[in-house]
Amino acid sequence: MSEAILNIKSLNVRFGGIQAVNDISMEVRKGKIVTLIGANGAGKSTILRSVSGIVKPEHGEILFEGENILGLSPDAIVAKGITLVPEGRRVFPNLTTLENLKMGAYLRKDNDDEELNYVYRLFPRLEERHWQLAGTLSGGEQQMLAVGRALMSRPKLIMMDEPSLGLAPLVVRDIFSIIRTINENGITVLLIEQNANMALKTCDYGYVIETGNIIMQGDGQQLLSDERVKEAYLGKSKAK
Amino acid sequence: MNIMSYLIRGLATGGQFALVAIGYTMVYGILKLINFAHGELFMVSGILMIYIVADLPTLPIWLAIALMVVLTVFIGFLIEKFAYSPLRSAPRMSVMISAIGVSYLLQNLVSYVTGGLSKQFPDIPVIGESVRFLGVKDKLTVFLSPVIALVLMVILVLIINHTKFGMSMRAVSKDFETSQLMGIKINRVISITFAIGAFLAATGSILYFAKNTGINHLSGANPGLKAFIAAVVGGIGSVPGAVVGALIIGVVESLAKAFGLADFSDVISFALLIIILVVKPTGIFGEKTTEKV
Repeated sequence: MSEAILNIKSLNVRFGGIQAVNDISMEVRKGKIVTLIGANGAGKSTILRSVSGIVKPEHGEILFEGENILGLSPDAIVAKGITLVPEGRRVFPNLTTLENLKMGAYLRKDNDDEELNYVYRLFPRLEERHWQLAGTLSGGEQQMLAVGRALMSRPKLIMMDEPSLGLAPLVVRDIFSIIRTINENGITVLLIEQNANMALKTCDYGYVIETGNIIMQGDGQQLLSDERVKEAYLGKSKAK
Repeated sequence: MNIMSYLIRGLATGGQFALVAIGYTMVYGILKLINFAHGELFMVSGILMIYIVADLPTLPIWLAIALMVVLTVFIGFLIEKFAYSPLRSAPRMSVMISAIGVSYLLQNLVSYVTGGLSKQFPDIPVIGESVRFLGVKDKLTVFLSPVIALVLMVILVLIINHTKFGMSMRAVSKDFETSQLMGIKINRVISITFAIGAFLAATGSILYFAKNTGINHLSGANPGLKAFIAAVVGGIGSVPGAVVGALIIGVVESLAKAFGLADFSDVISFALLIIILVVKPTGIFGEKTTEKV
């Protein structure tokens, strides 16, 4: 059993009067793929954004490699080796593909050629389009760019918020195979997905979140075969 | 006077306005804020120069200029820190009102210090000397202004397009949150943007007041307004646009004087603004949006 790289303890986040995340505790073990599934507005994105330092939680603890990172600024958190691929890709449309990748390595003082080659090996399409403004790329290419950009910071933990959103089924398959490749290369993955079926097949461990609470957790296979999960997230009716 | 002299003086005013206009356009590009205090900062930097030269008479003029530029940049930085930065997540309108507040604050502060009287800008060596060029005799600053504006514009465009800092400026101008996720300290990028704008305004103020030597607390209003129009005409957010817009405004106003329409020069500038906004709402160099949603 590997140790936990990320350990979230009783995390509470409120927006105005709404409790977005309610006393959630979870852990991500080193070298694994962990997924959060749940309906829209369940609080999944808020958890990732709290880890990234974009959202300020009310209380709780977020331990990364044993060190509390809650309250650190987003740039300090990136420097520790955590990166977030935001929902909706959010590439910089006015920058070229190459410049977007360079932004991913913004905090790196050393040479980033090695990472660039690595990203280009994963996504040959990005190399072909390196001169093109990111705003003119297709949706799938933008998603590749968003993932590639995150990898440029040489992260230990990569968090992805709905990487398959709005993509064609074939492209979705590509994205998931890339997620597995990244993970085999030693990067821990924390994944949010609407596509619960693909996510649970890909992950080592999963959490099911509903209105700010964890209602279930377990191995991917175990959750896949769970009747309640099937009914609520996999679109299969309960066996009569 | 022949038409050439009007043309050259127009380009001179245009170049001086351009340096102010770049500050408007850069701040707008990054914060989507029309920094109404920018014209006042231009005036304050002229006033600072007067007081530095008067109070430190032994200081060599070049050091006085350097000190004035440093102080102006510092004031630009302070304005952002205290009047805009606390409103980062407030509606844009609140920040704009804060900008108007800063503008009046600076005006009234200067009015209080000077007693509302017009002060004489000190003689600046070299650029204040009269020269004859292309048959036109005027102060060197007149011939130099458009050249300096263009050179600084080129340097700035190179910085924005070809350096890591420029890249981070462009990123922040599109998306604060994702820029933070890249590890960019957005407040630092914004502060530096204000500092660059203030530096250019200070440079513009030396060139402008070396020719138009009387300054009072209202001296920033007209150049500020014209520079703002120039930035909009050129396409707000675009640095070359601001410079081209300012040169056009400068030349058009000067030619209006040549044809005996001096009283109408403001009218002509505003008419030009309206025409541009009607024909091409994003301005001459305004960017098309090619974002994919």
